[in-house]
Amino acid sequence: MSQTADTSKLIKGRTGDWEVVLGLEIHAQVASNAKLFSGAAVGFGAGPNEQVSLVDAAMPGMLPVINRHCVEQAVKAGLGLKAKINLWSRFDRKNYFYPDLPQGYQISQFKDPIVGEGEVLVERDDGSSFVVGIERLHLEQDAGKSLHDQDPNATYIDLNRAGTALMEIVSRPDMRSAEDAAAYVKKVRTILVYLGASDGDMDKGNLRADVNVSVRRSGEPFGTRCEIKNVNSFRFMQQAIEYEARRQIEILEEGGRIDQETRLFDAVKGETRSMRSKEEAHDYRYFPDPDLLPLELDPAWIKQIEADLPELPDAKKARLISQYGLSVYDAGVLVGEQAKADFYEAAAKGRDAKLTANWVTNDLAAKLTAAGLEIAQSPIAPAAVAELVQLIEEGVISSKIAKDVFDRMWAGEGGAAEIVEKQGLRQVSDTGALEKIIDELIAGNPGQAAAVKDKPQAIGWFVGQVMKATQGKANPGAVNQLLKARLGLE
Amino acid sequence: MAELTSLTLKAALDGLNSKAFSSAELTQAHIEAVEAARALNAFVAETPERALEMARASDARRARGEAGPLDGAPLGIKDLFCTEGVASTAASKILDGFKPTYESTVTANLWRDGAVMLGKLNMDEFAMGSSNESSAYGPVVNPWRRQGSNSHLTPGGSSGGSAAAVAAELCLGATATDTGGSIRQPAAFTGTVGIKPTYGRCSRWGIVAFASSLDQAGPMARTVEDAAILLKSMAGHDPKDSTSLAVETPDFPSFVGKSVKGLRVGVPKEYRVDGMPAEIEALWRKGVEWLKDAGCEIVEVSLPNTRYALPAYYIIAPAEASSNLARYDGMRYGLRVDGRSLTDTYEKTRAEGFGTEVKRRILIGTYVLSAGYYDAYYLKALKVRRRISEDFEAAFGKVDALLTPTAPSAAFTLGENADDPVAMYLNDIFTVTVNLAGLPGMSLPAGLDAAGLPLGLQLIGRPLDEGTLFSLGGAIEKAADFRAKPQKWW
Repeated sequence: MSQTADTSKLIKGRTGDWEVVLGLEIHAQVASNAKLFSGAAVGFGAGPNEQVSLVDAAMPGMLPVINRHCVEQAVKAGLGLKAKINLWSRFDRKNYFYPDLPQGYQISQFKDPIVGEGEVLVERDDGSSFVVGIERLHLEQDAGKSLHDQDPNATYIDLNRAGTALMEIVSRPDMRSAEDAAAYVKKVRTILVYLGASDGDMDKGNLRADVNVSVRRSGEPFGTRCEIKNVNSFRFMQQAIEYEARRQIEILEEGGRIDQETRLFDAVKGETRSMRSKEEAHDYRYFPDPDLLPLELDPAWIKQIEADLPELPDAKKARLISQYGLSVYDAGVLVGEQAKADFYEAAAKGRDAKLTANWVTNDLAAKLTAAGLEIAQSPIAPAAVAELVQLIEEGVISSKIAKDVFDRMWAGEGGAAEIVEKQGLRQVSDTGALEKIIDELIAGNPGQAAAVKDKPQAIGWFVGQVMKATQGKANPGAVNQLLKARLGLE
Repeated sequence: MAELTSLTLKAALDGLNSKAFSSAELTQAHIEAVEAARALNAFVAETPERALEMARASDARRARGEAGPLDGAPLGIKDLFCTEGVASTAASKILDGFKPTYESTVTANLWRDGAVMLGKLNMDEFAMGSSNESSAYGPVVNPWRRQGSNSHLTPGGSSGGSAAAVAAELCLGATATDTGGSIRQPAAFTGTVGIKPTYGRCSRWGIVAFASSLDQAGPMARTVEDAAILLKSMAGHDPKDSTSLAVETPDFPSFVGKSVKGLRVGVPKEYRVDGMPAEIEALWRKGVEWLKDAGCEIVEVSLPNTRYALPAYYIIAPAEASSNLARYDGMRYGLRVDGRSLTDTYEKTRAEGFGTEVKRRILIGTYVLSAGYYDAYYLKALKVRRRISEDFEAAFGKVDALLTPTAPSAAFTLGENADDPVAMYLNDIFTVTVNLAGLPGMSLPAGLDAAGLPLGLQLIGRPLDEGTLFSLGGAIEKAADFRAKPQKWW
């Protein structure tokens, strides 16, 4: 898909419109019980330096040994990004000094990454979509953590994270707005979570992104870019991009020049500031790590991994649309989270697919969000939603009553059928009972009844009165039919 | 019990097996020899208590009939090997006082087979040197002296302590390492046998790294058979070292004494370098005659890229070293010199912790990997390395092994080349090619020069064909009948 300038995305400057150009480097922690080269455990919540092996601490004479599981996750991710898997790749050393990097180099893949070019289809909220090119994905070690806030005169080092496997996914500069960049990250995150290659947990720092930002006038070549680091939430990403684009536009409109540099996003001030210029940039002295052999993958192994891949979001979405007749929008919302789609499919078995989708994506989703819960933690099980939908489908309760029943289900009062019985919420479809109420109403309000003849929409007043009299339990269809007959509207 | 220290390893093992003496007696004799030889400065750490403890345990095993192949044999260990609970410093101030909590695979293999540790042997700092003068503990003194001279000679390097200790009969054998000739050149300078096996034959795990793609452990001993016995114990696949070869270890001692009749031995014409002493040239010719007499066919071969080997080596080895030594930053172990800031601490620690030669190589290595120089130096050197391997492959299409001198001179006076690093580097001219190609190479004593100093010949074999080297080495050893010993002056 070509990336033609979409005028709605342009930023207005003093001297005209500007287009922002974005490329992302996503760092996703590989889902693994052990680190990339050391065999030490990986886990959240361990005490400082409790998950550090001799290799992670770079003791003299220690050597890295590649973790096959981590390689498999990278291959899975590559396949999920529709990318080329390189059967021959190699690890390089990226040399720099920092206390949370015990070896004095990070083992990464510079020249020959494990995954080459691919692409990701990204949907926007308005239903439109765009494609982002993937330049590469490579495996690398994470660094440890420097704790600067424990002591006024010292920095503490926690090496638990040192040596943990990361996948770095580098995109092409294919995004033109902060919203698109966020949508892209969400989509990549969804794919990784579906694959089980990463838990994608941004709160724990298991998925982070560096954003390359440049601006240009439409149709002109790319401008000089700045890399923004420390962007660890969708909100910050948007803020950082917007701030940085404005900053660059102001400089250019003043006749200035953008310096290629690395900038840090300050979440407190909501601004980016220079970290190091191109001149100050490290010379990482990359070279092939002589402690490791080139990584050679067996094509049969790749085929096996491919055969075992789970259904990915795009395929699942297409299937939900064709199998359940869902709208593109509903299907998109459901596949956005694998657990949500699974929940839906479990609830929709034998039920009205559209109705079930509405309950899952609207009412349940709202309750979960308000309670700060994930769908996997939902106190209402898929079967319980199915039971509720069945009662609506069978006319036992109206959709309106169903909302009340659902609130009670959420409050833990029991299953839908049980609540309907206990609370006497069964819908009144008994024509005799309804006829009696209607006749009394017409008799008691002759003026209104006469008015309806000239103004048929005034029938709503009668419907409301019947509902009031039945505490909402009347079947609205039946009420309408009876009223029309009695008021002589047919 | 001077006679116990004069035994070969094989004879000592036979004596232990026949109960002629105990390991405690054998070990005590060596402890006394070590104590009496402090003028040689061969040991950086003596571990007599541990040695006697290991010896008594060995005697107990033997009494139970559980003796291993090396049971009770006292050995010296180069300080580059990490030994659990015993200071392991690579003869560097920066690792002052460092006591590993782990045992290198090679030494663990020796202890598994029953060997006894007498202590840690002096060496060039981080194995960088050809004269032992770069040691933080001062140089080892060669037990050999020129006739009629009291001047102190180098034992060669970097495994100078290993060579001197074996030559002076302070231990029955020693571990050593060879990155560019560090086993073979000291062997030649001290009248001992040393073999650098095929790259990957011995695990590098737990050996302080110098240049990972070149480093290889090997034994030093007084006979070819002793070297074969030691190598058999040291070698073996280790999953903790990714470059360790998953191959069976042959019964090396069984190759010693095997007929070499019909073997084709190559003499590379490029190894006749300008300025090589006539005595070495003559000894080389003598070696050829001995092998002819033993039934070998001698073939002149060409290794056309030999002259590029030394420059390539002095790019690749420092490049890897500059990265390998980055971990010595004063943050976790070893020397730390606090400065005003992090960078200041790094600079002060490394300025004080590393010696001149190590600093020189870190600088060279950092330079050749720098942006803008990488292609011209490092990449070019890798291409040369490939060519050198191809030269050997072509030669081994015609011959089974190669015969060359080990070093271009006999042992020189300490201090003689101290101010001229290039002259020092030229010591490695016949040995570095073997490391660049990952081949096995052995040096063995073949005669004395006019001043009464030992000279060595080098045998180079096909990958994993140490066996042929042991057979040829045995044949030369028999023909040369080298019985000279250094006159005890210490």
